[in-house]
Amino acid sequence: MSPQIEACSAVSAFRVSVNTQEARIKRQQKASPTKARDGIADTHPLGVGKDRTLQAQRLLSHPPQSLHLVAPVWNGGTRGIGGLSRVVAPEGNQKKGRSLLQFLADRFYDVEALRDHLLRKQVSKVHQKNRPFNHINQRYGPYVAGAYFILKQGGAVRFQGREWIRPNQRGHFSLDFLKLQAVPVEAVDASGCAINYQGLDSLLALKELQSLWLQRCPHVDDWCLSRLHPLASSLQELSLAGCPRVSERGLACLHHLWNLRRLDISDLPAVSSPGLTRILVEEMLPSCEVLGADWAQGLKLGPEEQPRDTAGPTPA
Amino acid sequence: MLRRTLLLGLCRGPLGRGLGTHRGGSILDRDGKMSEIKKKIQSILPGGDWNPLYDTSYLPPEGSDVVIVGGGVLGLSVAYWLKKLEKPRGAIRVLVVERDHTYSRASTVLSVGGIRQQFSVPENVQLSLFSVDFLRNINEYLAVADDPPLDIQFNPSGYLLLASEKGAAIMENNVKVQRQEGAKVCLMSPEQLRNKFPWINTEGVALASYGMEHEGWFDPWCLLQGLRRKVQSMGVLFCRGEVTRFVSSSNLMKTASGEEVNLKRIHEVHVKIDQSLEYQPVECAIVVNAAGAWSGQVAELAGIGNGPPGTLQGTKLPVELRKRYVYLWHCPQGPGLETPFVIDPSGTYFRREGLGHNYLGGCSPTEEEEPDPGNLEVDHDFFQDRVWPPLAQRVPAFETLKVRSAWAGYYDYNTFDQNGVVGPHPLVINMYFATGFSGHGLQQAPAVGRAVAEMVLEGHFQTINLSSFLFSRFYSGEKVQEHNII
Repeated sequence: MSPQIEACSAVSAFRVSVNTQEARIKRQQKASPTKARDGIADTHPLGVGKDRTLQAQRLLSHPPQSLHLVAPVWNGGTRGIGGLSRVVAPEGNQKKGRSLLQFLADRFYDVEALRDHLLRKQVSKVHQKNRPFNHINQRYGPYVAGAYFILKQGGAVRFQGREWIRPNQRGHFSLDFLKLQAVPVEAVDASGCAINYQGLDSLLALKELQSLWLQRCPHVDDWCLSRLHPLASSLQELSLAGCPRVSERGLACLHHLWNLRRLDISDLPAVSSPGLTRILVEEMLPSCEVLGADWAQGLKLGPEEQPRDTAGPTPA
Repeated sequence: MLRRTLLLGLCRGPLGRGLGTHRGGSILDRDGKMSEIKKKIQSILPGGDWNPLYDTSYLPPEGSDVVIVGGGVLGLSVAYWLKKLEKPRGAIRVLVVERDHTYSRASTVLSVGGIRQQFSVPENVQLSLFSVDFLRNINEYLAVADDPPLDIQFNPSGYLLLASEKGAAIMENNVKVQRQEGAKVCLMSPEQLRNKFPWINTEGVALASYGMEHEGWFDPWCLLQGLRRKVQSMGVLFCRGEVTRFVSSSNLMKTASGEEVNLKRIHEVHVKIDQSLEYQPVECAIVVNAAGAWSGQVAELAGIGNGPPGTLQGTKLPVELRKRYVYLWHCPQGPGLETPFVIDPSGTYFRREGLGHNYLGGCSPTEEEEPDPGNLEVDHDFFQDRVWPPLAQRVPAFETLKVRSAWAGYYDYNTFDQNGVVGPHPLVINMYFATGFSGHGLQQAPAVGRAVAEMVLEGHFQTINLSSFLFSRFYSGEKVQEHNII
């Protein structure tokens, strides 16, 4: 407390002295304007034998280090004596940047609420994309509803005995498949789609699905994999390559899919030991061909297998 | 300014919560000049030892609307739901009192971490279903700004319950109840069991029930830390101390039928600070007993059970400490990645742990061989005599195994019917229970927290009706018995 009072008094004393100096300079400038102008051209800042007024003027235009030493102490603490900080604050862009940051910091809870709102909007967007199309299901049946759902997300569908139906670059697709109410869907390519746990409802109704590609889906995780067991009797090909949320814990529940013949589990970043996981999955699904990381990947070399260093002296 | 600081130090009234409970240090010490100020005051004022500005950040506040005794997963879940369901935001002050901040003996962190819906009581199935929903969307419920998302490492591998001839009919009934509530369980014959899991020896097994979805195991420490982090961000205060006394007052009231009842109300909770004789009386409106295995002792402090036996006043809270062992072993030829959480008819259980052919398991001892719960020492002979033989009989590969480590934990064992106690006490009207789950507290914690919060805020259960879990059943004798408890 007392050191602050002392500092306060020191600073106010200094400000007083600066003010009096300013006042004196103004008075002297009024008295002899021409002399001051001649003095500016001189190169030496505080030259010997120069006028006192010129020295004072230079002091103000190039403030000495001590002024800067006082200002930060005050900016860190209370802003009680703000006048001084404004006198010595640097001009220009830095001031504008600092005031924007100050503006945001003053409204901390509003900024937090805004961030919260934006995050919730993102989550609700994914939720909206995965809503079930109940009216299409009731009118056209589960196969058409599932196909519509996948096409709306940006994926591709293949009905039994037909070609692939894909949306074009702008996301539009023809609605010809609406008449294929009794034709089962055989293959679904949902690569890169924002399909999540809720969205799988539409897929699980496709009872004759043989091939499912879920490559690089950002919201497919272990919970989704545990939901795939209703497709066990028909699913023969499953691809999970590149899904960031799938780990070995979700792969453990793929053993329900006893008809599976091809499984792709390459490039799964959340799997802790890809080589070991591939071996364990191969053991779990004996009749399935598993594409994944090489089993030797991640193995440490033993001492006798260390690569020989040919540059150094050859051992005896 | 000198006078102002003295006033602040002497009477904590204006600030409401006391000087020291401001998070991140005292308000006055922002520029580090506190020690100099103290020296100045001491030099001005006469007298020896008087220190007017002392740090009280370790003490709980002087008053709190809700005091939750116990900071495990149930206590934190109640705190979370109280703050989530309160209207308006910030209306309720909640204090969580936990005496061991390292959680070294807490049941939550020593738990095996399983979650299942295969119960016979419908309320248990509903509680478990909601908890699984909570765990699946944990990053929406427990999101804290700028903190990384939680990964509870859920293994959706399911539970496999095996039943002998005697238990087959009960199992079929249970599965019917579970399916009605929405659990995804399928029944398997021994033939189907051998096809699916060739490493099982189906001798003596008549029927098996297998959970296909929403069942498995997860990391309870992660859930605890996630709840703790979120609950702190919502403004719940934590205190490291032990509850030693309840100060209450009684009123003699007449019920509608004319009989006289002695109703008690707790006014203050005395919280004793760790390793010190200092205590802080906390004025409270509601006390939640979520002390886990020690809930019986906390209830005795409130005077529950002080009365002639056979009356409601004399009914104690029948929750006591029971010690259970968990063993971790390695078996290189053991079952693979698809291993579910297997529960034998004899009560022995095991599950896979990680990718290296390690397994966790144990067995519940019978009443006669209950170990002494005074400490958490492990009895390795118990594994040799009681756990290994049925395991080796059920899974022949387990005949050669090597025990890597073991630990012991407590069950908050409800000696009455091994199911939880939820809701207010009929006589101590502001004490609410959330305890006594006898080994399945972790898997029902999120749902039970919500139920207790609804009871506290609304006065009745809104989403899941847990009226059969109230305290009054201990007096009326209506057991909520579960078949198949590990």
